[in-house]
Amino acid sequence: MSGRLDSTFARLRQNKEKALIAYLMAGDPGLAETEQLVVALEQAGADIIELGVPFSDPIADGPVIQQAAERALKNGTSLRQILTSVTSLRQRTQIPIILMLYYNSIHAMGCEEFCKAAKAAGVDGLIVPDMPPDEAGPLKVPADAVGLSLIFLLAPTSTTDRRKLVAKESHGFVYYVSLTGITGAKLSNATDIQQNIEKLRKVSAAPVAVGFGVATPEDAARVSKMADGVIVGSAIVKQIAAHQQDPGMVGYVAEFVRSLKAAMAPA
Amino acid sequence: MPILPDSRGRFGPYGGRYVPETLMPALLELEEEYAKVKKDRRFQADLAYYLKQYVGRPTSLYRADRLTKKLGGAKIYLKREDLCHTGAHKINNAIGQALLAVRMKKPRVIAETGAGQHGVATATAAAMFGLECEIYMGTEDMERQALNVFRMRLLGAKVTGVDAGSRTLKDAISEAMRDWTTNVRTTHYILGSVLGAHPYPMMIRDFQAVIGREARKQILAAEGKLPNYLVACVGGGSNSIGLFHAFLKDPKVKMVGVEAGGTGITSGKHAARFSGGKPGVLQGTMTYLLQDDNGQINLTHSVSAGLDYAAVGPEHSLYHDLGRIEYTYATDSEAMAAFDLLAQEEGIIPALESAHAIAHVVKLAPTLKKSQLIIANLSGRGDKDVQQVARMRGVTL
Repeated sequence: MSGRLDSTFARLRQNKEKALIAYLMAGDPGLAETEQLVVALEQAGADIIELGVPFSDPIADGPVIQQAAERALKNGTSLRQILTSVTSLRQRTQIPIILMLYYNSIHAMGCEEFCKAAKAAGVDGLIVPDMPPDEAGPLKVPADAVGLSLIFLLAPTSTTDRRKLVAKESHGFVYYVSLTGITGAKLSNATDIQQNIEKLRKVSAAPVAVGFGVATPEDAARVSKMADGVIVGSAIVKQIAAHQQDPGMVGYVAEFVRSLKAAMAPA
Repeated sequence: MPILPDSRGRFGPYGGRYVPETLMPALLELEEEYAKVKKDRRFQADLAYYLKQYVGRPTSLYRADRLTKKLGGAKIYLKREDLCHTGAHKINNAIGQALLAVRMKKPRVIAETGAGQHGVATATAAAMFGLECEIYMGTEDMERQALNVFRMRLLGAKVTGVDAGSRTLKDAISEAMRDWTTNVRTTHYILGSVLGAHPYPMMIRDFQAVIGREARKQILAAEGKLPNYLVACVGGGSNSIGLFHAFLKDPKVKMVGVEAGGTGITSGKHAARFSGGKPGVLQGTMTYLLQDDNGQINLTHSVSAGLDYAAVGPEHSLYHDLGRIEYTYATDSEAMAAFDLLAQEEGIIPALESAHAIAHVVKLAPTLKKSQLIIANLSGRGDKDVQQVARMRGVTL
């Protein structure tokens, strides 16, 4: 489907490395900073960037990401501006970029127009946390047509039927939600994650990335032994929030990301 | 008209199930269990028992003679949901869903509340069935409805304030959904209106449809004919669909849903989704929403916390498009005037939500003949609003 996503996972697999997927809330503290962060995090070892599109009512997100969305919206950040930022980033980096956005943001623009604009900007994939595969029809057709990967979420509560459905519909990778909860909660125990990933591997050949609750280099190390990718969101957003007023913000966040990637190095 | 919703929870283009994957298994389980209890005689007998002996159903259909005379047009009946235990129609659904939680062996229930009536109803049902209960409520609503907050706590519920967004009903629903996502294995979410993901809009409509079934029998007994108009306020839309549902197949019965006009549509401070909104997805369902061009949800305003919400039940969206139900609005000041009118003419203090329905009756009745009939749903009583109204009028209690 997407060249950049698939080739990134292929390259990492060859090097026996795991993907570090870094989440940023686009527009927090501003889109200029988001662009700087994308470039700096790539240099610090991030393999894929997940850009959150701020939404007024983010039902899948915990307080850290909710507040980041509120800050971004207060700055007037919009989906169209974010796509313009991605266009400009593509002059500087070829790192895979995935948008994480709620369905109403897409619906307001129209599925077809959105997919064309996202692809043209250089977006590689989409995660829509409030759109299970069952409701994805209207988005799937235009996303497939332009070659945007639709990445679906799998949860600890997912049954065998759901696991098969998600595996079948997900492109690029499968996003395994490590816990029954919202973003930024505490990581659940490793055995549960391991068992669920094994069940998923039986029905899917796609890479599996684990997110929700991965906060520290130790968490990243633990999860990277089981999965093909590790998604870190709230912990990064927290760093950005803590250094909002600090001119060295980008450096601090890059340092944190470097420590995550270092912890994921193959033994 | 086909049976609605369809198997995917769709009312035409509206409805559906837009939720995080973590909740999908719970919604599928709920759908399956609900389908079973719908046909289960024992469950239906239990529900009927609690509705009769605990809630006090059937509620009366009261002929409001002085209001009729004052307005000088159609004969007005009030469906007295304000006489239900806990003071509003919300208990019909709370009892049904609490019974379902017991059957699904979920020891904990959670709910959102705006005006506090659904929170009180859920706390009440939880106490009666011995379930642990937590209620989410926006902090702005907690201020407006301090009395109901205290009532919920008296009933043993934990009330958790939500200090995000507009600090009203919408934010309370998001927080309840987050709780449910986290505790889905032990917890049933008793959603309070015909909102959210399938099967909620269908199930809650079914639990509230008792209002219209009773009203239909009662008006036929009293007048020997069906009403010309049904009028009800529409927040999420549960009391209105509850009254309307039994009459949908009677083409001569006209129906009017009254939304919150706030300080007027042009002011932007309102919750009239059909006057100022367009379709989109919020909190699990595709429906009419108040939103900006980027799909961000607008802040809403209404004097009544129970109508102060950016979305409307998906079934209403379909009937709006089909023209089967007419949707209009009443402003804050019209609702306040109706609040006083009903208190003084009939000795009934209505909930501010229900006062919106009465405000429309005030406009509608004089345009009709004396031989015509209106049933207005008096969805709740106004005791909970007395403090707020006193405050608005500068009266210290």
